[in-house]
Amino acid sequence: MMRWLLALVLTALALPLAAQDTMPPAPYAYNQLADPRLEAKASALMHTLRCLTCQSQSIADSDAPMAGDMRHQVRSRILAGESPDQIRRWLIARYGDYVSYEPEVSSTTWPLFAIPLLVILIVAGVLLRRLGKRRSDGDDAGAKA
Amino acid sequence: MRKLTLWLPLALFAFFAGLAAYMLTQEKDQLIESTMIGQPLPEFALQPAFEGLPGASKSDFTGKPKLLNIWASWCLPCIAEAPQLEALQRQGVEIIGIAIRNKPEDVAGFLAKYGNPYTRVGSDRISEVQLAIGSSGVPETFVIDGKGVIRYQHIGDVGADDVPTLLAELEKAK
Repeated sequence: MMRWLLALVLTALALPLAAQDTMPPAPYAYNQLADPRLEAKASALMHTLRCLTCQSQSIADSDAPMAGDMRHQVRSRILAGESPDQIRRWLIARYGDYVSYEPEVSSTTWPLFAIPLLVILIVAGVLLRRLGKRRSDGDDAGAKA
Repeated sequence: MRKLTLWLPLALFAFFAGLAAYMLTQEKDQLIESTMIGQPLPEFALQPAFEGLPGASKSDFTGKPKLLNIWASWCLPCIAEAPQLEALQRQGVEIIGIAIRNKPEDVAGFLAKYGNPYTRVGSDRISEVQLAIGSSGVPETFVIDGKGVIRYQHIGDVGADDVPTLLAELEKAK
């Protein structure tokens, strides 16, 4: 009981204290790259990477210090000549698919891609059979008349 | 038969509604585990986080397995885990710290107040090493073996019950 109470008090205190992280943000956390082409590349990538501390936002949308540090990584790596895909791989190698908002085919996600295709095939099969049947019914009717 | 298929859509709807309701009552797993377990540490060399101790680099992880503790003076759970880290240190565990987004005076102040279990503390001002090892917050504690390979990750503060686990993981990493 005491432990829970303590935990509760600590969580309540955590927010104002976390705000006391008074370090200036990383150089490229809030500064765009000088080259608009590179910045566009970085920005597109940042919108598809998940913020780790605020899990429903992309790092482009988040003001969390860690998201700022991740933006710095993205921009400085783009500036150093890495491709967006390389940077995404680098992050996925550390945090798993979780960090990327771009769906990937992998050993766990392949059913997500396979099932819709399968459903479309089944629907197409059923439709073809039904329509084909109706047409031949119609032909029969025409023949009788 | 026809009657039964009529009820099918409603049954499906009820199933999904029930599933959603059930999942809402389940606690969400917020932990993001590093996928770097079993991988060697990336190359890094961090400046000392304050004047009292040397900085930290990959080359410090040789010899016996050591703990790598990611922390910050502005992080409250780090205060909660301080006694456990000291207990580990007293049992002969070498703990190398990396202070995230911290000023030297804040690091020194924290260690003076809550005790210093570290042999080295590197300063990671832009979470560079933290991101490179797949850590997503403070505090986190990694077991690193004598070859510099990441063997185990503990997310969140080290509680009293976690000390034996960490000791066992250190033993396993030998």
